[in-house]
Amino acid sequence: MSMLLEVNGISVSFDGFKAINDLSFSIGYNELRAIIGPNGAGKTTFMDIVTGKTKPDNGTVLWGEKNLSLLRLNEAQIVETGISRKFQKPTLIETQTVFANLLLSLRKSRTPLSTLFYTISKKDEEVINEIASEVNLIKNVHMLAGQLSHGQKQWLEIGMLLAQKPNLLLIDEPAAGMTAPERQKTVSLLKNLSKNQSVIVVEHDMEFIKSLDCRVTVLHDGTVLAEGSLEHVSKNNKVIDVYLGR
Amino acid sequence: MKFFFRIIPKLLIILFFSNSALSSESEFEKVLTDNFKLITKSSSKTVEPVIEKLLNSNFSKVEEFLKFWKSKKLIFTKKTKVIATLKQKNELGYELIQFSNNKNLGYFKKKEFKSIKPNSGVRSKISNALIGFQLQSKDANTRSKSLETLARNFNPKYLKPLKNTIEKETDSKIKKRMSELLVFGTIKYSTSVKDKIASLNTLRGNLSIEARGVIASLLRSKVYVGDVKPNLPNLARIIVPEETIKNMDGSSSKPIFNFNRKPEISKQDAIELLIKAKFLKDFISPSRRDEILEQNIIKGKIEGVPVGKLITDEERIKTYNLLVKSNKALPLKTTEEINEIIKKHFFYAVYEEKSGEVINIAKKIFNNTNYKVNFYKYLDLILDGLSLASIYFLGAIGLAITFGVMRVINMAHGEFIMMGAYTGYVVQLFIPNHTVSLIIAFPLAFFVTFFAGVTLERLVIRHLYKNPLDTLLATFGVSIALQQIAKNIFGTQARPLTSPEWLDGALVVNDVLSISLIRIAIFALGIIFLILLLIVMNKTRLGLETKAVTQNPMMASSMGINPDRINMLTFGFGSGIAGIAGVAIGLFSKVTSELGSDYIVQSFMTVVVGGVGNIWGTLAGATMIGMLQKLIEWFNPSNTLAAQTYMIIFIILFIQFRPKGIIALKGRAAED
Amino acid sequence: MKSSYLQKLNSRSSFFWVSAIILFLTLCMILLSEAYGLNLVSTSFTKVLGKTLCLCIVALAMDLVWGYCGILSLGHFAFFGLGGYMIGMWLMFERTKNIVIDSTKNNVLPLTETEINEAVGTQIFGVVGGAEIPSIWLFADSLLIHILLVFLVPGVLAYVFGWLAFRSRVTGVYLSILTQAMTLALSLYLFQNDSGLRGNNGLSGLQNIPNLESFSQAELSIWFLVASGLALITTYYVSNLIVKSKLGNIITGIRDNETRIRFLGYKVESYKLFIFVLTAVISGVAGALYYPQAGIINPAELAPIASIYLAVWVAIGGRGYLYGAVIGAAFVSLASSFFTGGQIPNFNFGIFTLNWVDWWVVILGLTFVLTTLYAPKGIGGLIEKIFRDKEL
Repeated sequence: MSMLLEVNGISVSFDGFKAINDLSFSIGYNELRAIIGPNGAGKTTFMDIVTGKTKPDNGTVLWGEKNLSLLRLNEAQIVETGISRKFQKPTLIETQTVFANLLLSLRKSRTPLSTLFYTISKKDEEVINEIASEVNLIKNVHMLAGQLSHGQKQWLEIGMLLAQKPNLLLIDEPAAGMTAPERQKTVSLLKNLSKNQSVIVVEHDMEFIKSLDCRVTVLHDGTVLAEGSLEHVSKNNKVIDVYLGR
Repeated sequence: MKFFFRIIPKLLIILFFSNSALSSESEFEKVLTDNFKLITKSSSKTVEPVIEKLLNSNFSKVEEFLKFWKSKKLIFTKKTKVIATLKQKNELGYELIQFSNNKNLGYFKKKEFKSIKPNSGVRSKISNALIGFQLQSKDANTRSKSLETLARNFNPKYLKPLKNTIEKETDSKIKKRMSELLVFGTIKYSTSVKDKIASLNTLRGNLSIEARGVIASLLRSKVYVGDVKPNLPNLARIIVPEETIKNMDGSSSKPIFNFNRKPEISKQDAIELLIKAKFLKDFISPSRRDEILEQNIIKGKIEGVPVGKLITDEERIKTYNLLVKSNKALPLKTTEEINEIIKKHFFYAVYEEKSGEVINIAKKIFNNTNYKVNFYKYLDLILDGLSLASIYFLGAIGLAITFGVMRVINMAHGEFIMMGAYTGYVVQLFIPNHTVSLIIAFPLAFFVTFFAGVTLERLVIRHLYKNPLDTLLATFGVSIALQQIAKNIFGTQARPLTSPEWLDGALVVNDVLSISLIRIAIFALGIIFLILLLIVMNKTRLGLETKAVTQNPMMASSMGINPDRINMLTFGFGSGIAGIAGVAIGLFSKVTSELGSDYIVQSFMTVVVGGVGNIWGTLAGATMIGMLQKLIEWFNPSNTLAAQTYMIIFIILFIQFRPKGIIALKGRAAED
Repeated sequence: MKSSYLQKLNSRSSFFWVSAIILFLTLCMILLSEAYGLNLVSTSFTKVLGKTLCLCIVALAMDLVWGYCGILSLGHFAFFGLGGYMIGMWLMFERTKNIVIDSTKNNVLPLTETEINEAVGTQIFGVVGGAEIPSIWLFADSLLIHILLVFLVPGVLAYVFGWLAFRSRVTGVYLSILTQAMTLALSLYLFQNDSGLRGNNGLSGLQNIPNLESFSQAELSIWFLVASGLALITTYYVSNLIVKSKLGNIITGIRDNETRIRFLGYKVESYKLFIFVLTAVISGVAGALYYPQAGIINPAELAPIASIYLAVWVAIGGRGYLYGAVIGAAFVSLASSFFTGGQIPNFNFGIFTLNWVDWWVVILGLTFVLTTLYAPKGIGGLIEKIFRDKEL
């Protein structure tokens, strides 16, 4: 099976500290994957590299069937190829409404002039409302994003990813600040998403990972420690040593 | 001066034969009586031949006579017309003594004699004549003084006496100076090629302005034009109009790239030279052409062409050619014809010096010396850059600390610098001793601006930590207000902050390089600050706490450090340094209310280029900007404004390649 | 709620009200003017008003780039000055040429083009010790090209600078300082005698419009007032269009959360560049309208402090409110000329006499500090609050 994203032997260091050390990773089409690991394992840096925020010192990042190198693209171009990212801290336009946030995320021409002369169509409005209801925010569409609760902000951000219709979603700690029912809802949302696109979830919460019921990659010191089902990796001695504890 | 040339040979004779010239007394007396009127009622126009004659008399008392004359001690009797001096004055009257033979003339009444009072013009002629005597004076001071007078008005006739006096000279300093002057004189005026070369060779490696001037004078050249290729031993260069440039040693070369260097001769110059040398005849210049056209206007028309039509050069040439056709004017030369003529002739320059051998050696020495001079000039440039860098460092380091620790840009930083400078000025008003006032001004300026900084932090900045751009704005407001307040208090005119006398001098290395002490002091101050800051930041509790707050404010506060207090102290500290920098800057530039704003942009640039939050970064930034500015100024010395413009453009480009500065933090610490 | 995706920063009617007020004011001025009306207001006051309208235009530009896009540019007054220089070159050249031709009417031979240029060159550049016309004046005799240059020169400079700065992701205070450096470099360059623009003498006599010598200053001042008013309305319309569009959402998004906009796939650099260049061009046009009314332009006008004052106007007026920028610029610049004009009697506090000319700047500076601290939304925020309270 060909892979959607293939990361080979990347390393990056900041002032001598190796944040990522010869890391290789790949994910297939329509796959749901969880990444776990202790603080400083390089999870966020890994995402930074995939999305173009950080350039690695060496290694390759290949994308899709055509094996496009992502390292040569900037952030906006990477988004255009179909990779969307949710940040650890909810990252929204807080001074604008939920509706506006979703509108900006829609997959449309992104040049200044086309946005200047853009007028909203009935269809766009429907799509936005559809996504809003999918992430449980239909009642809050005209609220300012900054006024939402923490959990709602997380959902809005996921909704914004959906609006971009990506092939790969990178989701950093989606469950943080959520109530138990909200988590349940998030799990089913993510599972549902992975039917049509690939999803990488970074999470600390083992319960959450368990309910995702997917392949797990464990990172430690910037490299892959173990990979497999949650059951498989939790039996791995090294994983228990550095992460789960005895 | 002509007179001077004439008397020198006589002087020589006097100098070396005066002892055996006893018989000349009568001759001397004769000169006195013959020229009695000219001596007693002298004028600078008529006195020269008289002095000449006096010198010719070879009398041993000529020098004394001239000295007395100059100092208005000579007297003449009205009846007998004898030149005398006053011996004494008592109840009998005035006792006079004849000058030439010391004969006592007896007592006179005041009415019976008159003193000789030469005017200043005459006195200067007399002192010129005295130089020759003074060179042999027993008093070393007189000798060296007369030597300098001689150096200023050197001419060929001094050569011989100089040569002869050198041997007798005992004072080594004066002897050295004498031989120097002899060398210069020989090179300039000697007719012997051998002597010239020998003297030239002693000047190898001599960097003094005089020596360089003498050699440069050997390489002076004049431009000529001819119709045959010149073949001269002292040919300086062949000149191609609009192409070659003149080199400093008198040779010519084709410039590789035209950077501020115009060709030596333009086409217009070439035409003028050709006309002067009569190689180009009947040349009608455009203005001459127009004159002829004007002379030929008949009823508003020239050869049938209405005057109103002549609004382009082409039309005027056309109409002029009509005049030529009807033989009313000489034909114009076409551009091609003129170019042809220019091409056919040779433009060249010839050295004033005739001997090719001398010229070659002079060229060699000239280029060699130039090389050394350039070396010292580069050194001077580097030192200049370093002192400018120290100023920028002093101005920027306070800013770098506040920006590095608090992410706050203080636009009023420049006004704190100004405040420091004014503090220095006010201290000087109360304490006139500049050294003492300076010693007081530095700590006082620190405290004044420290408290100003703390006040600003408490009242304004503390409330705006979350929004750096708003701090920028609020401190703008403070900066505008402070500047105006200073203007209201101290007025718009510049106030002096005088440096102590011991800082006024300069460290002279040689004729090319001298470093003013104030530059050294500023540099030293920069170094002291660097060391002080390194100690404060690395060895004291405040420094460690500051570092902790910079790197992780949350963690720091959980460790019991009060970030609020640290921020306040850091801001005060940074502002205090601005105050000290203000005193230093005030010492060499006038203190005005705009002093701060003159330095603020450069200080910001220094911080940005150096990289934020790092003393070494600021040092690197200051060094780079200071050096760069001096370098650009050096390329374009006439225009310091342009230098600053180019430097800022360079910095904008530099930021492209190192957006985070020379010394940048990487990774998570660097993010916002 | 079709337009619900728009931000509620400006009500749509603000454009209507602002243009109505400007039109009304202009009309009043015409009716009261020396040239066409009751002769109740002086020409110089008409000019002050006309100039104020131009300052409002550049304040709008500043509000767009700073209040909406979050780029605190300290260079927009430099673009303003450049626009003035561009039109000033034509004005000065053409007028000098007319004078030269006029004064040589009685010459035996009519002047050739080169002779005219030589004479004009001596006239214009005599003060800086030159006689030749620098090559940048190549098109000085063409009004059309110079009107184009009013747009092009600030635009191209903004494009080059912005492209470099935004590409290397210089943001925040760094960017502000860089723009300030650009302004300083430009004004220092213009201060040189061999800049080709008459050094610190600047360009003068700009109030005399070539080929319109038969009209009085009173008439011209009204024309310029009307032109400035129309330009302000047009700028307001365009600005309003921008902030109400999706582009408006994106640029405010960049202001509030640049990372999010970037990771939504927008090329933040292009958007910043678009706004930066557009506002630079607007500033240039405003300058081109301003300086014929001011009569003289010199490099001091482009000094960094002028751009700082521009920021002060917009901040006091209220950033993020288009009408705020207009009010701020009009209010503060009129108040400044009022207070520093020496018409207000000094205020005596017994031991201390408040001299307005001396202390106005201090008061302005401190007002600015207080605004930033306690009313960051400025006058615009105040107005919004009043209207919102009414609605409730």
